[in-house]
Amino acid sequence: MTAKKIVVVSAGLSTPSSTRQLADRLAADAVSALAERGVEAEVRTFELRELAHDITNHLLLGFAPPRLEEALDAIASADGLIAVTPIFTTSYAGLFKSFIDVIDPQALTDLPVLIGATGGTPRHSLAIDYAIRPLFTYLHAVPVTTGVFAATSDWGGSEGDGVRSLPDRIFRGAEEFADLVERTDRSQLVNDPFQLDRPFGHLIGGLAGE
Amino acid sequence: MQFGIFTVSDITADPTTGRTPTEAERITATVAIAKRAEEVGLDVFALGEHHNPPFWSSSPTTTLAYIAGQTSTLQLSTATTLITTNDPVKIAEDYAMLQHVSGGRADLMLGRGNTGPVYPWFGQDIRQGLPLAVENYELLHRLWREDVVDWSGKFRTPLQGFTSTPRPLDGVPPFVWHGSIRTPEVAEQAAFYGDGFFANHVFWPASHTQRMVALYRQRYEHHGHGAAAQAIVGLGGQVFMRRNSQDAVRDFRPYFDNAPVYGHGPSLEEFTQQTPLTVGSPQEVIDKTLGFRDYVGDYQRQLFLIDHAGLPLKTVLEQLDLLGEVVAVLREEFAKNRPAEVPDAPTHASLVTAKYGDAAPRQATPNANRGDNLTVGSPYQDTETVDAQEKPQSGSAFGPAATRQGATR
Repeated sequence: MTAKKIVVVSAGLSTPSSTRQLADRLAADAVSALAERGVEAEVRTFELRELAHDITNHLLLGFAPPRLEEALDAIASADGLIAVTPIFTTSYAGLFKSFIDVIDPQALTDLPVLIGATGGTPRHSLAIDYAIRPLFTYLHAVPVTTGVFAATSDWGGSEGDGVRSLPDRIFRGAEEFADLVERTDRSQLVNDPFQLDRPFGHLIGGLAGE
Repeated sequence: MQFGIFTVSDITADPTTGRTPTEAERITATVAIAKRAEEVGLDVFALGEHHNPPFWSSSPTTTLAYIAGQTSTLQLSTATTLITTNDPVKIAEDYAMLQHVSGGRADLMLGRGNTGPVYPWFGQDIRQGLPLAVENYELLHRLWREDVVDWSGKFRTPLQGFTSTPRPLDGVPPFVWHGSIRTPEVAEQAAFYGDGFFANHVFWPASHTQRMVALYRQRYEHHGHGAAAQAIVGLGGQVFMRRNSQDAVRDFRPYFDNAPVYGHGPSLEEFTQQTPLTVGSPQEVIDKTLGFRDYVGDYQRQLFLIDHAGLPLKTVLEQLDLLGEVVAVLREEFAKNRPAEVPDAPTHASLVTAKYGDAAPRQATPNANRGDNLTVGSPYQDTETVDAQEKPQSGSAFGPAATRQGATR
């Protein structure tokens, strides 16, 4: 069986970033959850910081420079997406949204998504559900029910907010994600943006007789 | 192979002086540019269509007709004519007129337009852009080929017994190119009718153009118009030249950095690497342009964008002088190893020959006005229908006498 393709997108702006750290942990748990199911997975990680200029140019021009195109192609043919963004001013980072905006609206259909977010305090944790999740449902992707929010305090002490620790939540999200990734065959489908939906004769009322 | 220039008709401040030309200045300059294009040996001048500032070209056939009167060999075309928001009946009439006054030097390129509000301004819905392009062109195609059209569709008032006048020059409709950046349906539309396909090519990576042209060629063959290699392909291109490369980059950079569309985006270096834009010496333009053939095959028409982003008329005319030299070389080089079965871009003369051979082409001659403004049978003496065989009626063209059947027999 061919390996499942998992793409990780991290919109953290600093280096090193806690956003990237959360992304890596989500990816590591997802890979082991898949391994337990006997499924091999390969992970490609994209730091949006490195693509920031390309994303802006895409917004201005309408086409992707080569490095960005590579990331967009990888997502379009992925079996799963782990998307992690910092929460700025009550919502996803602007860079993250700009990236989402240059993705072809059809490219995420049926794509299993594991959402992660980081912030200064746990009080922003619902941003996953009121801001990030609607983005993916609008695009007909399939975000798993558990979204993992890591506040600064989560990185110290295994108790986290005293309810469930960050590693517990990462594990739970990764399990849900692995269940969906295991079943999908998205990466085996051929994506052709130049494909005609139907022959032209149908467009003008059957004149072509095709 | 045809070479020419196309303009979007933007009125943009010259970033080196801060001065914005007036509408009158740009319109006059455009006529001068078109005339110089013919003088330096270019074949085609194509004009855009826009319905909002800072563009001036709302009525391309008016401008092109005037240019036709000022030139003698220049082929006049558009880039593009809005097939979505213009009434196809008016397009049929306007471009047949242009054909006549230009002596067969007119063709046109159809596009959907990229300014959202133009749709509601002209009573249309942008979400119907593609169906509009499909239905309107089907009507346009018929209006130029059938003297009397009965028609009904989704988007326009039905027509009963309508004749688009004047009939196309010599009974041959203007050649049509379908322009698109990345809509495969448009490549299919061009292929379906056996029309030309023009890839914008300017603001996009070559890989997009390659895929679109390949699709068009494949479908052209599928629809039975000829081999894929015989499909009629046009490409855009964008150049800025000085005798030596460094001067070109230095002189063009302020215009590039502030240009509409790509200004304030990627650097000049990134953009020239990723798109067909060439800023450099005439030899560099020659080399890059010859490379287009590697990914689209032997093609028929190459148009360059040279007058936008606030470039002053003097600079544009200098560009044309250099372009004339470049094109002379390109003509020779493109002719080398060009397979014999690859056709040239259709012209009025070639279309007349294709349709009539050595016979005389049609000269449409109408019957007398029968006063009812509706057509029964053929309204033309030269077409062989039952009606056309009838003895022409004489008598009043207007008023009650005109509608009295058989009154003069």
